[in-house]
Amino acid sequence: MTKLVDIRNLRVEATTDAGRRIEIIKGVDLDIAKGEIVALIGESGSGKTTIALTLMGHTRPGCRISGGTVLVDGKDMAALPERERAALRGCEVAYVPQSAAAAFNPSQTIMDQVIEVTQIHGSMPRDKARQRAIELFKALSLPSPDTIGGRYPHQVSGGQLQRLAAAMALIGDPKLVIFDEPTTALDVTTQIDVLKAFKSVMKSGGIAGVYVSHDLAVVAQIADRIVVLKGGEVQEEGRTQAILATPAHPYTQELLAAFEPKETQFAAAPAEKARPLLEVENVISGYGVVQSDGLPLVKAVRSVNLSVEKGRNLGIIGESGCGKSTLARSIAGILPASAGNIIFNGHELDYAARRRTHDQLREMQIVFQYADTALNPAKPIEEILGRPLTFYHGLKGQARSARVDALLDMVRLPKSLRHRHPSELSGGQKQRVNFARALAADPRLIICDEITSALDTVVAGAVIELLKELQRELDLSYIFISHDLSVVEAICDEVMVMYRGEKVEHLTREDIASPRHPYSKLLFASVPKLDPTWLDNLVLEPELVRQYGGA
Amino acid sequence: MNADIASMIGKRLGLSALTLLIVSFAVFVATNLLPGDTATILLGQAATPEAVAGLRQAMHLDDPAVFRFLRWLAGAVTGDFGTSYANNMPIATLIAGRFVNTMELAGLTAVIAVPLALTLGITAAVLRGTLYDRIVAVLTIGVISVPEFVVASTAVLLFAVYLKWLPAISFVNEVHSLTDLLRMYAMPVVTLTFVVSAQIIRMTRAAVIETLSMPYVEMALLKGASRSRIVLRHALPNSLGPIVNALALSLSYLIGGVIIIETIFNYPGIAKLMVDAVATRDLPLIQTCALIFCLGYLILITIADIIAILSNPRLR
Amino acid sequence: MTQSAPTKSAGLFGYRLSPVGSIAFLVILFWAVIAIFGPQIAPYPVGKIVDMDYFGPMSAKFWLGSDYLGRDMLSRIILGARYTLGIALAGVLIASTTGVVLGMAAAVVGGWFDTLLSRLMDALISIPSKLFGLVVVAAVGSSLPALILTLAVIYVPGAYRFARALAVNVNTMDFITVARIRGENTLYLAISEILPNIIRPVLADFGLRFVFIVLLLSGLSFLGLGVQPPLADWGALVHENIQGLSLGAAAVIAPSLAIASLTISVNLLIDDLPRKIRDRSA
Repeated sequence: MTKLVDIRNLRVEATTDAGRRIEIIKGVDLDIAKGEIVALIGESGSGKTTIALTLMGHTRPGCRISGGTVLVDGKDMAALPERERAALRGCEVAYVPQSAAAAFNPSQTIMDQVIEVTQIHGSMPRDKARQRAIELFKALSLPSPDTIGGRYPHQVSGGQLQRLAAAMALIGDPKLVIFDEPTTALDVTTQIDVLKAFKSVMKSGGIAGVYVSHDLAVVAQIADRIVVLKGGEVQEEGRTQAILATPAHPYTQELLAAFEPKETQFAAAPAEKARPLLEVENVISGYGVVQSDGLPLVKAVRSVNLSVEKGRNLGIIGESGCGKSTLARSIAGILPASAGNIIFNGHELDYAARRRTHDQLREMQIVFQYADTALNPAKPIEEILGRPLTFYHGLKGQARSARVDALLDMVRLPKSLRHRHPSELSGGQKQRVNFARALAADPRLIICDEITSALDTVVAGAVIELLKELQRELDLSYIFISHDLSVVEAICDEVMVMYRGEKVEHLTREDIASPRHPYSKLLFASVPKLDPTWLDNLVLEPELVRQYGGA
Repeated sequence: MNADIASMIGKRLGLSALTLLIVSFAVFVATNLLPGDTATILLGQAATPEAVAGLRQAMHLDDPAVFRFLRWLAGAVTGDFGTSYANNMPIATLIAGRFVNTMELAGLTAVIAVPLALTLGITAAVLRGTLYDRIVAVLTIGVISVPEFVVASTAVLLFAVYLKWLPAISFVNEVHSLTDLLRMYAMPVVTLTFVVSAQIIRMTRAAVIETLSMPYVEMALLKGASRSRIVLRHALPNSLGPIVNALALSLSYLIGGVIIIETIFNYPGIAKLMVDAVATRDLPLIQTCALIFCLGYLILITIADIIAILSNPRLR
Repeated sequence: MTQSAPTKSAGLFGYRLSPVGSIAFLVILFWAVIAIFGPQIAPYPVGKIVDMDYFGPMSAKFWLGSDYLGRDMLSRIILGARYTLGIALAGVLIASTTGVVLGMAAAVVGGWFDTLLSRLMDALISIPSKLFGLVVVAAVGSSLPALILTLAVIYVPGAYRFARALAVNVNTMDFITVARIRGENTLYLAISEILPNIIRPVLADFGLRFVFIVLLLSGLSFLGLGVQPPLADWGALVHENIQGLSLGAAAVIAPSLAIASLTISVNLLIDDLPRKIRDRSA
């Protein structure tokens, strides 16, 4: 096979806010053959997107290519003058962005933007370009391909926009397409359709691709070869099968290990039925103007029941918009419920946190997804952890200081972090502080709202392990909210599936492998597996997909 | 969708009307804060108590403030702005000719300043970081940091005293020839253009830079679009709302500018009339002038908001 | 110059300043010293006619020439600094404090309190500042306290809008939600959680608003409606001597330059701050 891409000793420099220059890509070599799809995989900050963009001779503001060659079909994108690069962009190399919603110009119709490449480069007349676009819409299995181009971006769903962005990339008949995390922002049931569409179009056209992602399972479905990156350097590369079967580099092994189900000892089901720690009965809550029946205009949670036993964990899973976070916020009293009962520790709780007692608030804590916004950036860690100690337990001075140390120790953070501010911590460290603040209250129940979703796979795995250990030590219960089945499986004794504001199924550990409700079946089947043949062999009942898939 | 737009515009117009009501009430209250009794002031300290009482009666000064406000408002709506305290002429007559003069000054300035400043602002944003951008930035920050009368005196020193191109202070009241016209307008318009342009350039530049950092602009670059295509087809249509808003806000500086410029150049406009009225404490005249300026400003920002609503593609 | 710049003026916001920023800082410092020690520095008594000539030229005896009565301009500018800087500082202190307190209250309390206050402020902001100044001065006169209060009231709505927008942004953050459901009261939320996150932009806004007030004060004084004789701020000095403009007299140019040097310096200093601090949302 002949080489299409030949990157040698690529170096990229970034200028920091303080004006210092740092090298973010440190001498990367990369080959891509014609028609081959290569995945760049790594955590955030590994330089995967930066490398992919150099294939178009582009760097983000503040960055510049400082060394090496980037040959695409024999032309050095790093050295060409801007005008010649522009002539190649869209025809030779095309780009599919991470967030298609942001990459479409809100003030033009979709068709105008899809065919813009052909107009810029004068490669085909307008009418012909429109026909070609409609063909691509069909190939990418978009609904109503003949008319969808006439709409504006905000009138189309996220999964469809992502496929339209692919059509926008493919219309110029490029030799190489760069996919920049194109399914990361999508729900799993939507992701399947998009992935399938990408794969079939790329294979039938014999187009080479660079697929940038942090998700090994997704990459396994589409890539011929995988390049593992970390800190701007290539750690390991090889055929997809080989990397998955026999990873050589420790970092790759760690990535793969995050997919292994961990051996966990779950608490035995309680012998006698004690009173549950938390009971939620027929809770309804939502947003908007209160109607004449006393219920809100938009009901995000429609009459949900659940219970959490002492020392056991409940997982709530569902896709974006299913009402799982609204439910969590209603239980915590942040968004007061409109109807139903919330019974905690044998006492009925008021809907609004404002009217709950000090101890009721203390015993139920909530931890949010984004530690960046959950920790006050203007305060040092000891202040963040110390405030609940003073507020709930009246601790001051020496006693408070000792307790802060103990809390940091519990979440496996060094004591020296106490004087730092959140911005000086890594993502995983911040999430640990976020969790330690909940522990400071000495709670009985902690509601974890997608707490691992913003973390890299390996870091997320470690946080889950920590949660399990703390549960054993402190006799806690968790409500664990996530869109990610594997996370919930790893820690929960019971799982409840939500769809459009309703609880559709309640599963125990024993029957989690065999859900009965059709939506649960679809959801569970849509989670990508490491097996590279998974997507090709996946058969979903068309009836199911029509009813529940793709939002 | 169109019903949505109509209702949003309707709401916006309603809001403007409400604001105008609040503003006119504020103006009325402010001018009635005057310490001392209006009738006494008018008649002088030597007036007999009977005369003062008679005048109070005649001017309805003993009525509750709300009634006086409503009576004044009703008059203003029908074009009856009352009578000047200073020379007993109907205010409508005093204002009519002056109003035209001010509108000419403002209009002429806008016609020159808007295209000039938009071009400078947009090009500075597109050529961000270049020498050109920096020169424009330094000049604009210089002009907006300085009171209008300093800009005016600098212009006089430069064009009249040193270069001797233009007369320093125009006392021309009647226009007979092109030279007269130039004499009348040149200095005020030049100065006002400087003041207003600096504001427009600064805000337009910021608005365009904001749009240029959007992901769809990077996407256009990665499609191979040329710089002019990126700016004209992707950046500008989406910064229309903010730019119009910047224009409206900047033109409000025109109002502040006009007050100073008309005074310094002795230009027979409505702002000069108002400044003189403040000196003589001619309340009905002040109220009317203030109301006219507020109305002008409100009309500008209302138009800007409506254009912003219409240019939002999400509402199409 | 470049070497000494960072050390000389770090501390102000805790950020390094460029050479331009440091010069600007020094100019502001210079005028502050002049304003404080004015009477000790001024070479001649401020009201005394010392020159035989009016609109006298710059000379060794009268560095900045003399005014329309033959008084020493340098002394008048030195004393004028007290009024321009003093009135503007007092005005901006009242305006910003009131605006920030109300803005944070509106953001944290929310509901009808926020709606009502914001609607009122929006209406006030739609009165052009110079016009507002004219009307109020016409009504209550130009005594120094009245002048300070008028300037403060005119710039409260702007300070309010700025602080409220920042506080509303911070208020949507999860750490505020966490504090709320911990059971913290409104005062704690405002002072301990929100204020530390908005204080830097608020200080930058304080500087910009100071410039606005200097400009408005000078404008009013220029119209003869601000500081009244025998007192004179820089704007009033230009007003007194405007007849000398066609002669190119230093008596007009010098006070104009004084105003420009102060306002441009403040603007340049703020422009020099890191972007995230000076970004204005309103």
